[in-house]
This record gives sequence, structure tokens and C-alpha cells, in this order.
Amino acid sequence: MQRQKLPELICPAGSLPALKAAVDNGADAVYLGYKNDTNARNFAGLNFDEKTLGEGVRYAQSRGRHVLMAINTFPQPGREADWQRAVDGAAALGVDAVILADVGLLDYASRRHPDLRLHLSVQGSATSYEAVNFAQREFGVRRAVLPRVLTLAQVEHVIRNTTVEIEVFGFGSLCVMNEGRCWLSSYATGESPNTVGACSPAKYVKWEKSPGQMTTRLNGVLIDRFGDDEPAGYPTLCKGRFEVNGETYYALEEPTSLNVLEILPEIARIGVAAIKVEGRQRSPAYVTQVTRTLRAALDALARESERYHVKPAWQAELAKVSEGNQATLGAYNRPWR
Amino acid sequence: MRQAFSIPRFQLPAFVSAIGTRLPQWPHALALTAALNAAARMKLLPQDSLATLEGRSFLVEVLDTGGTACFTYRAGFFRPLFGAPATPDLAFRANLSAFLQLLTRQEDPDTLFFNRELSIEGDTELGLVVKNMLDAIEWPKLPGLPRPHH
Repeated sequence: MQRQKLPELICPAGSLPALKAAVDNGADAVYLGYKNDTNARNFAGLNFDEKTLGEGVRYAQSRGRHVLMAINTFPQPGREADWQRAVDGAAALGVDAVILADVGLLDYASRRHPDLRLHLSVQGSATSYEAVNFAQREFGVRRAVLPRVLTLAQVEHVIRNTTVEIEVFGFGSLCVMNEGRCWLSSYATGESPNTVGACSPAKYVKWEKSPGQMTTRLNGVLIDRFGDDEPAGYPTLCKGRFEVNGETYYALEEPTSLNVLEILPEIARIGVAAIKVEGRQRSPAYVTQVTRTLRAALDALARESERYHVKPAWQAELAKVSEGNQATLGAYNRPWR
Repeated sequence: MRQAFSIPRFQLPAFVSAIGTRLPQWPHALALTAALNAAARMKLLPQDSLATLEGRSFLVEVLDTGGTACFTYRAGFFRPLFGAPATPDLAFRANLSAFLQLLTRQEDPDTLFFNRELSIEGDTELGLVVKNMLDAIEWPKLPGLPRPHH
């Protein structure tokens, strides 16, 4: 087998300890955001201010790792300057790339900071090579993060038809995966990742405990009821159980996690440039466990190539932190398109 | 962060909590608030997060020891509440092993929550602030310990 370039490992950092955990455990790059609605994980108490940002960038870059800044929500009418300031701040800080979704902001960044490396966010929802090449032609985008709706064959088709680097998700909670185009959170709360930087914002979520069960509501909408021994999931519409034609079940999506360990050799073979781990909202403990495991798997792939096999210990470590306690290959191995 | 030791998942026998619930609860609250105030004094807790805790009531219950601690945050200090509020703004409940795993960053709070080993009740956004505040603490490094490296 021709030795392929190993995909980079891109890990989430919602806090300074999480960033350090990612770097210490073998991430090639971390991605992070400001403490405001310019990024799609705008959760209370999460993310970076100027001080932690400066320290985080120094910590990663002095160890030869990259820092990618997500500014991947859509500028809201009348507040475009807030998003432009975020891009200016990232450029001044010397991050290695910014991850953008909005074409207006991509245009601004490419004109104002021609040397700033641009990545197209998953929220930009580019699923075809035409869309990826458009972003390259118009804004000089160097890398695109593909939404998790594509099969592996479709990912390969994109890679074969573009010179833009392609990044895909390798691990983390799955949703309906219609990234950048999903209206479910807006339907229930009037707010969504695109507009306020959070899916199903916490202020709308109620966990109600009663004897023998826990009820979850999102802005009053009943999402699910769990028995005392049943695992819980994130309180989003797409992971709720609903009554459809007299049957109550996960009508949209079962709480589950993506895990690509099994198809890592395929991912490397088709030329994926980077693998992203979901979960900036998770703790340093999660970042440690997932980064360490994926690093071990990637290093094993580099060492053993076709003799690569998934170690049970890796799967056990990842299963522990998986939402819904089950991991799948998501859309990658789906027979239909 | 490699763990030199790991905290197993365990549950103390029922008689421990039967005794624990009969003991006075204020020492727990006093110890916990003293620790939190020390962390705040050392600037380990981010100021913007602390501001959102103002005047809110918290309950931490260790199920298998029967210990509870109630406290609030007012005017820059965590203060014990000697009478437990009927409905605290936020309540954390778990067995001792889960709390220890959380504090040592051995387990992820979301994992414990999904697995129903950690119960969080009350104001969900406040819960998120507290969770993220604890995650963001940079524990001072103890000299002499080998630094983890990749």
C-alpha cells in the first residue's frame, strides 16, 4: 500500500484546560471560539476571553500545534460589525486559520486579511465539490469541513474533484446532521446554532424529576421521558421520542455517537486531510479520553498500515463517553444516498 | 493528563447513608463554601461566571454518604445556607464515587449525566454555567510531579 499522508487530528477546546488536554494528548490542532454568539457553541460559561485565548494560542503554537478559530454563526442584521471584529481579532492574535460559514464574512476576511487561512465551516453546508470549489474560487478557502450526511464514497468523490483540503468528522455526538440548514431548534425556541450559536439553548430546557422518571421539555415541548435506569440524551428535538401513528419512538434520530475507528484506513486512503472531534461543550476529561484514543489509532495506522486493526481498549474508551452509549459509522457506510 | 491512579465506580453500603443523614449537615456546607471561596480568591473561577451565581441557591447531595450541602453566592462570597431551601435553584446529586471522578477530571459530567449517575435539577442554564466554570478551573500545578506529555 502506498503510504498515505496521515489525516490531522483536530480536537475541541471549550476551555483552557480542555485545550491543554488536547495538546498534551496528541491533537495536531485545536478549534475554539470567543465567549459570544460568533460561534456555534455559544453556551453559558464556555469558551475563551482575550486572556485565556492568548494563553491558549501560546500553549498550542509553542508546542508546534495549530489553533483554528471558529467564527461560524451567521452575522445578524445590523450587527455585522461584531462578526468582522471577531475575524480581525483572530487575525491579530495569529491563529492558524479561521473557520467561517457565512459568505459575506468569507468575503470580508479574504479582502481584509488576504494572508489569513480560511476554512469553510460545516455550518456552511457544502456537500458537493461544486460548492467547495466555489468557496475556493471566490474566497480562497483552503479547507472545507463536510457535513455528516455524506457516505464515504461521496466524500471520496468530493476529494477527487477539488484541490481544497477536506476535513470530516471522526467522533462525537450525532444529530440529524443537516448542519447549517436545520430548523428544528428554531421551530421549538426561535433560536438556532446559525442565529444565536446554540442548538436548543439551555434556558429553554427543563429536566423534571418525578418518582421513577425524568421528563425533558424544550420550551414546553415534551422531548422525552426516561425511566430511572434509562440513559438520557441531549434535549434536542431531533433526539426526542414522539408518538407517530400510535407508536412512540425516536421518530427522527436515536441518541448516538459517530466513531470512525473501523474505517480509519479508508479515510486515510481517500485523502481526507483532517479528522475532527465534536464536543467543545464537553469537559477536559472527554477531550483527554477521545484525543488520546484517536491519536493512538492514527499512530497505529501510520505504523502498521494494512495490518491496522481496532483495539478493543480504544472502543471501550470511546464507548464510555458516547452519548446514548452506542457508536455508529453514521452516514459513511449507508447503502442509500 | 495521565491518571496515576483511577477512582473505581463504587457505592457505599446503605447503612452509611442511614447514619449520614442523621448527622448535622452544616459542616459539609461550611467545608464546601470555604473551598469555593479559596478558589475564587485564587482567581481560579472566572468573574463573569461568578456574577451569574449571585443570589442563587445550590444544593449538593452525596447520595451514598447521606451528606448534603446548601449554599448561596452573595456579594463576592459563597455562604452556607443553614436551612435547606424547598426548591434550590440548582441541585447536584450523585454517589461519592461519581463526585470524586468529576473533581479529578477522570469522568466527563455529560457522560455521568447521560448514564444517570449524576442528577442535575433546577435551572438548566445555571447548571451549565457551574459545569463550565468547574471545567475551566486551571488547577495549580504541583511541583515535583512529572508533566504529562505526548
